[in-house]
Amino acid sequence: MSYYESKDVRKFGKISDWQKTLGDKFFSWYGEVFKSSALSAKEKSIIALAVSHAVQCPYCIDAYTEDALKKGYTEEQMMEAVHVAGAIRGGATMVHGVQMMNKAQKLSM
Amino acid sequence: MTVKQFKYSTFKDPQSQLKWLNKGMFASEEKTFNENLKDLKKYPLKPDQLEIFQVNIGYQCNQTCSHCHVDAGPHRTEMMTKEVMGMCVDVIRNNNFKTVDITGGAPEMHKLFRWFVEQISDLVDEIIVRSNLTIIESNKKYHDLPYFFKSHNIRVVSSLPYFEKKRTDSQRGEGVFSNSIKALKRLNQVGYGKSDSDLILDLVYNPSGAFLPDNQENLEVSFKRNLLTNFNIEFNSLLAITNLPISRFLDFLIESDNYEDYMYKLSDSFNPAAINGLMCKNTLSVDWQGYMYDCDFNQMLKLRTADKGDSHISNFNANQLADRTIVTNQHCFGCTAGEGSSCQGVVV
Ligand code: SF4
Ligand code: SF4
Repeated sequence: MSYYESKDVRKFGKISDWQKTLGDKFFSWYGEVFKSSALSAKEKSIIALAVSHAVQCPYCIDAYTEDALKKGYTEEQMMEAVHVAGAIRGGATMVHGVQMMNKAQKLSM
Repeated sequence: MTVKQFKYSTFKDPQSQLKWLNKGMFASEEKTFNENLKDLKKYPLKPDQLEIFQVNIGYQCNQTCSHCHVDAGPHRTEMMTKEVMGMCVDVIRNNNFKTVDITGGAPEMHKLFRWFVEQISDLVDEIIVRSNLTIIESNKKYHDLPYFFKSHNIRVVSSLPYFEKKRTDSQRGEGVFSNSIKALKRLNQVGYGKSDSDLILDLVYNPSGAFLPDNQENLEVSFKRNLLTNFNIEFNSLLAITNLPISRFLDFLIESDNYEDYMYKLSDSFNPAAINGLMCKNTLSVDWQGYMYDCDFNQMLKLRTADKGDSHISNFNANQLADRTIVTNQHCFGCTAGEGSSCQGVVV
């Protein structure tokens, strides 16, 4: 048995068993978030796919990969979304190079 | 046209498919389809008024799509005889069917296809032909099919799993996408699918893999926009159909280790609201030999109608059929998942 079992995602709803009020609120909010509104459900799906990669949640990656296929995204579009996530992560690291430079310059004579 | 390597179902007979569908999770913790019906007091499932006469005139096809529930292909030889076609014509003439839905294989490959259409042309409100599109391009002798369809005001219903080459060809065979586009252009040219014409051209979407279809309306919007912008093609409606776990698609699910997940997906999305719209409620399916079934899927599983006769069209008895029990099993989860699924698209 591995730490992440793909079948466990079916048990997601069970988190409410231990804290019903908050669990119920979470699921109702979650459902609402993904409905078409100012952004369409299709647009939200590809954002979710990118974020899943950024936070590296295996359950979310599985779920939103499937959702992207369902919603008609091409493989190329899906991979571009992952590059966006990667670019933000990479950019977030690189932009801290400025902090490093600031600090080093401040410390140096 | 190049065709993908032929690959027929590895299941030897329908019995072994049914056996497979009844073991594993459904032999232990998961509720079966019939148990779900029982909980809702809908078991046994009973039919409503018969409206659609769906006739499968043969299993031969120019394609071998990887999801095909018919297990059709160029090497299949099962074809309806003129005698059985005649029996079908009599039943259609003497009963109040609204629609005749002609399917296969590629029904146009049957040498009596046009004859059969001519016999029933004035007998019903609507004739549907399930055309795979590429047949129109496959040989010169089929190039005039759009004109033939038009002359009988046939509603053409055609599969196109995606508006792009890669995903279409991976499911239906190399070259299918470009030939489907050519055929759609021919159909548009004679007026099919055009907004200023009454000739109906519907497309069928079914997922190219182990996932369920998305919302039919949203898919239709994407298909319409993409086909119009990229190919100047128009059509009327998109029908989203769920892949049922039988025949080649069942093989795929098992080989790719998706079977359990897919069955859970279907049973987790069981929607009681889909039951009243199930196509087996108003459809009769007839096979190339003249045997009758509740639907085309039951036909492939050789689950004949449970009426009191011998389930052959020569003994068609409307009262006995109205009284029958629809034969249901685990594959039926494919028709009740989410918004439901039928040969006419979603049912909810
Ligand atoms: S075109 Fe239709 S009948 Fe022919 S192999 Fe494909 S799915 Fe089966
Ligand atoms: S497969 Fe679908 S249409 Fe056929 S009997 Fe089952 S529920 Fe009815």
